[in-house]
Amino acid sequence: MKIIKSIFLFVISTTFLISCGPPTNKKSSNKGAIGGNAAEKVYVAPGEHDSHYAFISGGFSGQLAVYGLPSGRLFRVIPVFSQDPEKGYGYSEETKPMLMTSHGFVPWGDSHHPDISQTNGSVDGRWVFINENNTPRIARISLETFETEEIIEIPNSAGNHSSSFVTENSEYVVAGTRFSIPFPQRDMSIKDMKGNFSGALSFLKIDPESGHMNIDFQIKMPGFNYDLSHPGRGKSHGWFFFSTYNTEEANTLMEVNASQNDKDFIAAINWKKIAEYVKNGGGKKMPARYAHNIWNDDTHTAVSTMKKEVLVVNPKDVPGAIFFLPTAKSPHGCDVDPTGEYIIGNGKLAAQMTIHSFTKMIKAIEDKAFDGDAYGIPIIKFDAVNYGTLNQPGLGPLHTEFDTRGNGYTTFFISSEVVKWNIKDLKVIDRHPVYYSVGHLMIPGGNSRTPDDKYLVAMNKITKDRYLPTGPEVCQSAQLFDISGEKMELLLDFPTIGEPHYAAGIAAEKVAANSKKIFKLTDNKHPYAVKSEAETKVVRKGNEVHIYMSMIRSHFSPDNIEGVKLGDKVFFHVTNLEQDYDVPHGISMIGANTSELLIMPGRTTTFTWEPKQVGVWPFYCTDFCSALHQEMQGYIRVSPRSSNIKISYTLDGDVPGEDDL
Amino acid sequence: MKKSRLLMIIGSLLLLGLFVFPLWNITLEAPQYPIPLGMDIHINKFADTHEFDIKNINLMNHYVGMQYIPETIPEFKIFPIVIGIMVFLGVLIGFKMNYKWFIGWFILMSILGIAGMYDFYLWEYDYGHTLDEHAIMKFTNPDGSIMGFQPPLFGSKDILNFTAHSYPMTGAWLMFTGMLMTFIAFFVGKKEAK
Repeated sequence: MKIIKSIFLFVISTTFLISCGPPTNKKSSNKGAIGGNAAEKVYVAPGEHDSHYAFISGGFSGQLAVYGLPSGRLFRVIPVFSQDPEKGYGYSEETKPMLMTSHGFVPWGDSHHPDISQTNGSVDGRWVFINENNTPRIARISLETFETEEIIEIPNSAGNHSSSFVTENSEYVVAGTRFSIPFPQRDMSIKDMKGNFSGALSFLKIDPESGHMNIDFQIKMPGFNYDLSHPGRGKSHGWFFFSTYNTEEANTLMEVNASQNDKDFIAAINWKKIAEYVKNGGGKKMPARYAHNIWNDDTHTAVSTMKKEVLVVNPKDVPGAIFFLPTAKSPHGCDVDPTGEYIIGNGKLAAQMTIHSFTKMIKAIEDKAFDGDAYGIPIIKFDAVNYGTLNQPGLGPLHTEFDTRGNGYTTFFISSEVVKWNIKDLKVIDRHPVYYSVGHLMIPGGNSRTPDDKYLVAMNKITKDRYLPTGPEVCQSAQLFDISGEKMELLLDFPTIGEPHYAAGIAAEKVAANSKKIFKLTDNKHPYAVKSEAETKVVRKGNEVHIYMSMIRSHFSPDNIEGVKLGDKVFFHVTNLEQDYDVPHGISMIGANTSELLIMPGRTTTFTWEPKQVGVWPFYCTDFCSALHQEMQGYIRVSPRSSNIKISYTLDGDVPGEDDL
Repeated sequence: MKKSRLLMIIGSLLLLGLFVFPLWNITLEAPQYPIPLGMDIHINKFADTHEFDIKNINLMNHYVGMQYIPETIPEFKIFPIVIGIMVFLGVLIGFKMNYKWFIGWFILMSILGIAGMYDFYLWEYDYGHTLDEHAIMKFTNPDGSIMGFQPPLFGSKDILNFTAHSYPMTGAWLMFTGMLMTFIAFFVGKKEAK
């Protein structure tokens, strides 16, 4: 018996040893990129430019990072929802209003899904929209300045997740609510949630000239959780599709209780119909409180306004505009192919993908092929809308993007892979592992009729052993694939800032030529701007001291200031007089309880300093601006409160502007 | 109208191009200026090749104590008058006078041109050599003399980290062509007189 046991053990361990073999091979195939000419494909020679921009959200960093493809090089981190001391964003007096909300100043945000503005169904490179999940907001970033120009808060919403996707002519950008909440908010028991909470889907109109956003209407939907969304395009233009989960309306231990139904819904919204209804006076104005913050490039200042009401549409009042499409379990991504025909639900908790047909949906609506309703919204019969199901393509499908050849590319979080499949045939063509736990993926121009389908970027949540370790916290990363062939080819791993949550990409030529070089001094309308050194001065107003300061290679004017006293609040209004490309200057003051300022040519920016100690205190330029950068510095004398020293200021011994008179 | 007179008149009129096109250009190249800095010299003004170039040339030059390029110089008043008179004279001669006057006009114009170039050289010399005694950076030549930063009158020259180019522009080429035409007009006129 003992012998038999030993033999048995031997057999098992042999099997184990054998089965240990393949992983070694697998490991080397992980690096398959080395085998081919991948290095050549991602090599952008020094001084040469990448062919594409990738705008990858920083997730919990709250920012948006700009990379080049195919090199994966990081060019810029655009501060959006979080303070950025490097750029003075959210610290300078001019940018603080950008982070105002109905909850006051919020210094951090959770940026999620960037999307590029479109014209005629193609990305046009004017703006990037991106949503904030935690304190619901949408930001608009200019692709001329690569700066955040506008942030609008979304009322009646919590966890702004199904956002910020743009319709094919940038008519609307949408927001959804991941949490259903009391609408309007009120004090009530959490357990009474079911039937008493609602989910707001918001449609923000985009001004075609300025890009300014304005909440046109909010649809007060049943209290499900709204996850992701995408617009219809081509034939389905005029519709928007939102995935839902927690149709169970559970409020606790959600991982179990929100995962009981075999099918949740994709909500199909005929926004054109609702926009028409609203235009004709439909909907009801409800009190609300939400901040709308707009940056102005003439005054170089943001203004925050608190809005007081929002137009709410009840689905019951617009019959025939909203339908539910049954979709396999807790779908995450809700993606529409370039033709606008296929609406794909990535059933996160099912081993299948649900592919709906827009044509069938329209017919089903005509035929009233409904299977009851949910809170008055018709549920279309599954078979009447479904084109087909892709069974067992992988585990945990999250997000699908498309090429122009009729294929979808889907990420599978649990099985850590990207799968290429044909939509019409519902057949898997290729699969490639990713390292590890991929969330979203991006093909440049992905949310449009015209994807630019050479590259695919997979964004991974976990990297483990992929890079040199950096302690317990290691980078998250992106992986670049070449998808121009039948098989996907892994080209490059590159680390990212924060969590690379979602991305939008665009051909470089659509953006690069419009990138602004300098702000013209002559156009500067900042109330504290100076146009020349002669205009620089220091003015006392009670306890406030306003320094109208200039900077140019390589000095400040004035650079010696006396007469500041303890208890004063000193405002540095600093104008960069340079009019040359890429000559920013910085400024920092010892002991100032704020960040430095980094000021672009032609721009005026302000920080404040409340001196707490008597003495002579220096300030200096923080950006290595020139050969004389180290000499770009000055002094401020701080005297006791009781002192009667008057304000005085000089540059090289003279009062600026005096000898010009 | 005789061919010689036509040549004389058109040749003189080509000088009018100087009122539209720049006469000369100085361009400064350096590694950190992938788009070089440039100044166009017209008969009545200095102009940026790209917006703000002169401001940026001044900023560069202040490190070595060079003077700012002035907003205007007395020549900008004189040159347009001189050119205006020469065009008027040329056309008048073309219509009314004997071909021998043609060569006279050409010689006068050549003298004026050389005087103009000499004046330009003097300004360049002063610009490149009269340096602020408090200059941030002072450079000396191998022989110990103070280094000057005079741009070339014609051609290209390396000055510290910059390569300076100095070449005639459209206005000058029109002037040269016009002068050549008046020169030819003289010989054509001579032939016609026989």
